[in-house]
Order: sequence, then C-alpha cells, then structure tokens
Amino acid sequence: MRTIGYIIQKEFKQIFRNKGMLPIIFILPILQLVILSNAATYEVNNIKFAYIDFDRTSTSRELIEMFNASSYFNVLDEFPSHKQASSAMLLGEIDVVLEIPNYFERKLIKEQKGELAITINAIDGAAAGVESSYINQIIQGFNQNIKMKMLDPSKQSIRPSIINSTPAFWYNPTLNYKTFMVPGILVLLVTMITLFLSGMNIVREKEIGTLEQINVTPIRKSQFIIGKLFPFWIIGMGLLTVGLILAKVIFNTPMIGSILLLYFYTSIYILVILGMGLLISNFTDTQQQAMFIAWFFVVIFILMSGLFTPIESMPRWAQIVTEFNPIKYFVEIVRMVLLKGSGFMDILPQFLKTLAYALIMNALAIWSYRKIN
Amino acid sequence: MKRFIGFIQKEFYHIFRDRRSLFILFGMPIAQIMLFGFAITNEINNVDIAIFDQSNDTTTEEIINKISSSKHFTVKQKITKEAEIETAFRKGKIKAVLNFEKNFDKNLTKERTAHIQIITDATDPNTANSITSYINAILQSYQQSINKDLKIVFQIIPETRMVFNPELKSVFMFVPGVMTIILMLVSAMMTSISITREKELGTMEILLVSPLKPFQVIIGKVVPYIFLSIINAVVIVLLSIFIFKMPVEGSLLLLGAESILFIVCSLALGILISTIAETQQSAMMISLMGLMLPVILLSGFIFPVSSMPAPLQIISNIIPAKWFIIIIKGIMLKGIGLTFIWKETLILVGMTVLFIVVSIKKYKIRLE
Repeated sequence: MRTIGYIIQKEFKQIFRNKGMLPIIFILPILQLVILSNAATYEVNNIKFAYIDFDRTSTSRELIEMFNASSYFNVLDEFPSHKQASSAMLLGEIDVVLEIPNYFERKLIKEQKGELAITINAIDGAAAGVESSYINQIIQGFNQNIKMKMLDPSKQSIRPSIINSTPAFWYNPTLNYKTFMVPGILVLLVTMITLFLSGMNIVREKEIGTLEQINVTPIRKSQFIIGKLFPFWIIGMGLLTVGLILAKVIFNTPMIGSILLLYFYTSIYILVILGMGLLISNFTDTQQQAMFIAWFFVVIFILMSGLFTPIESMPRWAQIVTEFNPIKYFVEIVRMVLLKGSGFMDILPQFLKTLAYALIMNALAIWSYRKIN
Repeated sequence: MKRFIGFIQKEFYHIFRDRRSLFILFGMPIAQIMLFGFAITNEINNVDIAIFDQSNDTTTEEIINKISSSKHFTVKQKITKEAEIETAFRKGKIKAVLNFEKNFDKNLTKERTAHIQIITDATDPNTANSITSYINAILQSYQQSINKDLKIVFQIIPETRMVFNPELKSVFMFVPGVMTIILMLVSAMMTSISITREKELGTMEILLVSPLKPFQVIIGKVVPYIFLSIINAVVIVLLSIFIFKMPVEGSLLLLGAESILFIVCSLALGILISTIAETQQSAMMISLMGLMLPVILLSGFIFPVSSMPAPLQIISNIIPAKWFIIIIKGIMLKGIGLTFIWKETLILVGMTVLFIVVSIKKYKIRLE
C-alpha cells in the first residue's frame, strides 16, 4: 500500500511540476466547455433571404413584408434579375431566393391560383429542409390571409375536417440546445483528458528510458499500474465536478436526477477509459504512435456517440458499431440522469455494459503489460 | 544543398521505418472517411415512438398505420395509462408519444375537429423538432385525403428548388468536413510532435550545431509530411468521388492547389505549436485538446456558423478549417472558380504567413 502511495505522490508531483501542461489539463477543457457549448446548435436562424419581385403589386409586397416580420429571416436587398441572384448565391451571400412571377396578383384573383419559385442553397441538407419548412409556413399563413379576404364565409357550405395537433416538448420545453449540449461536451472533455494523459503516460517513460529503472525495482505490476492510473482518475472526477458546477452556474442546466448516481457511474466509466489508455500504452513504442491511436479512436467515438447526430438515424451496421463506444453510454446516461431524472433501474443496461467494458479493458491491459522488455 | 537533401532523406527514413505510425497515418483517414460518410447523418430515420390511443377507432388506426409505414418512424409500444409515458421516456427507448384524445373519430365527424398531442423527448431539441414536423406532415396529408371532396380555392403553390444538393444528402455536408479535420489534425500533430521529439530526446542539439541553418532544419522536417498529407488528400478526394458520388463541379487543379495551401497552413501551425511546447506530451495535448473540438464545432463542419451567437461567429474566423471548408464546398458542389473564393484563399495564405513568421521569431537557436 505504501508503495502505491509513493508512486501516486511521484505522479502528482510530475503533473504539477510541468507548468506547460497544467493550463492544458485544467483550464483548456473548462474554457472549451464554456465557449463551445454555445456553438453547438442546429437552430436555423439569420437565414439570408433575397427576393426577385417581377409582380410589384400590393399583394407581392405584402408577402415580402411577412418574411420581413419573421425572426428567422434576414431580408436582404431585392435583386433585379436571376443572374445577379444566382451569382450572389454562388458567393454565399444569400441562402434563399424567392421569386414572385409577373402577374402574380392578377392570376391569383382571376384563376384563383398563384405560383412562387423558391431556390434554396442545399449544401447543408438538414438546414435546407428546415428553411424550406419555415418558408412554407409563411406562405401558408399568407395564403390563409388571402382566402379570408377573398372568400365570403357564408358561401362555404361544408366545413373541412381538421386534425388539430399540439406539440408538447417534455424535459426541455424551450428547446434550449445548451441544455442538451453542455452535459455531452462535458463528457467529451472528461474522456479526452483522461484518455490522452493515461495513453501517453507509460509510453513516455518507455521512450525516455525511465521505465526500465522502475522495472528493475521490486514494485509489483499491479502496484505500478494502480499508482500510475489513480491520479488520472482523480483528475477526471475533478473535471466532472468543476464542469457540473459551471453547467449549473453559467448554463443553468437542469439537474433533475441523482448527482450521486452520476458520480457512481462516472467512477466506473473512467476506469474503462484508463484501461484503454493503458492498453494503448502497452502496444506502442513512442508517444507519437500512442497519440495517433488515441486520436483515431476519439474522433470515431465522438462522432458516433449520438452527441451531435442521432444514433437511430445511422444504418444498422453503424448502430452495432456504436455498441462498442463507451462515450455513447456516458452521453446517454448523463443526459438521462441530469435532464430526465432517470434512476438506477432505468440506466441499468448501459451501466452493466460499461461495467463489463471496464473489466475487460483492464484485464486486457494488465495481462498485456510486461515488466520485461 | 546536398546536406539539406541528406537531411530530408533522414526524415523520410524516420517515417518509413516506423511501420506502425505509417499504417495509422494512411489507414486512419480511409477508415474514418468511410465510417463517417456512411454513418453520420442528421436526417431522422427509424425513430421509435409509442402510441397512447384513448379512442381505439378506425380513424386512429388508419393514422397509426400511415405513421408506422413511413420510413421515419417505428411504432414500438402501445401505452394504455398516462403514467406509462413518463416511464417510457425515462428508459430512453422512445423518442415520442402520440396521444389521441377520447372519441377521436366521433369528434372528427361530428365536431369536424379532432385532437392529437405529440409529446416528444425534447432533451434533444433537434430530433424533437423534426419528429413534430414529420408527424404534422403525415397528419396534413391524411387530412387532405379525407377532405378531398372540398374544392380548393386561392391556392398558392410554391415550387422549391434545392440547388447544389437536390437530394439533401448529408454526405455532401460531412465529407468536406471530415477531410478538413483529418488534414488539419494529422498535419499539425505530426509536425509539432516530430520537432518536439528531437528536443525531448536531445537530438535537437546535434541538429543545431550542424552546419544546417535553423530554417533548413524546419523545412527539412516539414517536407516529408507535405508529401504524406498530399497522398492523404488525394485518397480522400478519390473516395468521396467514387464511393460517395460527390460531384467535382469545379476545377480539380484548383482543388489540388487549395488543398496544398491548407496542408501547408496546418503544418505551419504545427511548427508554431512546437516552438511553444517543450515536450511531446504538451505538443500533443495542445494539438489534440486545443484543436479537435474547436475545429469540429466552430468550422461549420456540423453546425451552421450563421446560427451561432455573434461573438462565436467572430471567433470562428480564426479557425483555418472554416475557410477551407467554404473553399472545398465551393469548388466541389458549386463549381466556382478562384474569382469567387479569392478572399478565403487570401485569408489562408495570410494565416500561413503569420504562423511562419511567428514561429521564426520564437524559434530558439540556443538551448537553455
């Protein structure tokens, strides 16, 4: 036990003596949590909207006024021709062009029919879909106004059947993205810090040659590994604590469920990551290799965690791949516990999988660690 | 000059001898682009939903059938008591519950209005929103089908044209992003590590007392990585064209030139990092922790920059990846030439020059 204590002491001293690393470990993640959480939003607003009005009647102006009034659209100048509008779109100056054809008003009155042409820059397919639905909403509203104005209500014999739907957004009624993103980004930062640090740690001693010195001492394998990894476990838990406090104070993230449960889960989750880091350390000779491998997995883990894009939309095989992604479980659980107040029984499947993962990872890591070169 | 070539040769040997790193270097981008090109999408498909049908009549059954036959939804569960909704959400399996009021059919025929509540798990606001609008669209079309006898008057028909990506494929959005991330991180990380490695192992001293000038040492370090990154870029572009059917509307030559510019810019950033970092560990942590998330989040790779709060939009301007993503999307999808993207190109050139100048200023010729 005392041996482990000394190793832990040595590790902590090394961490705190390295002045260059301290801000990277402690300040950078916090800064990123505070700043980047604001960036992660799928909300579509400030849509750069331009129009070509060939009709120039009170009706067409009324339609444009409705876009002006909407908070989603940022109505820019009118373009006199197609050519100018499409070159502005190529430059990226506008996202949407609405074209009102000649005789729009006259046709609407005489033939009771109107046509509009809309062009949307669809490189970001998801945003384009949202933009299109906003535009349709406005046009429908406009259409409704016109119907009211032109139709005599007494003439309408049968009323249409209407299915009324009301949305209810549970757990996040204002659809606040930060509520959704802050816990997820916190998970990422905890994972990245612990994985990178543990993955690099032992291989660094290997590369510099100090590992040999430790190998010839009577320190046992298990003592060495525990002593090496424990400081990172502490750092991970500390980061979680600071992150949760900031989430509460700055972002006012709801914390409905049991924080204790979250800590309990995290304490096991970090073991998975540390085991993984140790495993990487064992199979590499240089820090460079270790980092490449860690980076490879982290990018895949991040993008396939359901943090930014939904897992259920992925093809079947990709969903199976995500089963092996520890970040996925942590992201799910942090959101379930904090935002929905899920209890231990609700998160049991994810919990058991994480536990199994931790056992396998650490068993592999300890088994593959050799004191002899 | 001969000395310099010899030095570059040494660097190439270093890289090619390290088989494992080499394998990762080339295998990783391929694996990542394949995985992400196929797997990441922000479309909503196969969402599991539950039904809370208090009416159980033919109309509700018809609507439920319509919804479950759409590719967006799978009806996973029937709920009979209101309290079960909460339990279903807490387990996290269900993303939405459709709540049909009592006497749905009767209300629809007699009162001409019937009511549905769409309850979504809005912890994910984006999915919640999309689910609501998809279900509304299905309800609308159902409503039209039961009202088809009524004459429609004063109908305005908008005709929407989606340009540059008519099928709204999210691959078009993600492939340029993944390519940028890979080039940026690989280039910046590799150079910063290889220079600090010499520092840490003490071989930098030997290089500094050699007749090679400091800038030759740096350039010699970078040249091999330029080659490696170019090969990576070519492989990624080929994959995106042949596997993901990305169009290249613009000039391939321009695409190549811009990619080289971006690679040089990332390498220059790597050199800059190496002048700040003393150990490989801190070099890697700066390039991984410092670059990864900002590049993913602020470059417009996943989240549209124009929707971000104003201060973040300003910060995003200092991310080289943002400009490169605009450039590749422009060339590949819009087919525009240099006349349209000269500004972005100039910014990248400016950043590269800045990184190099600062590195030269900070580069220490003497050891402490």
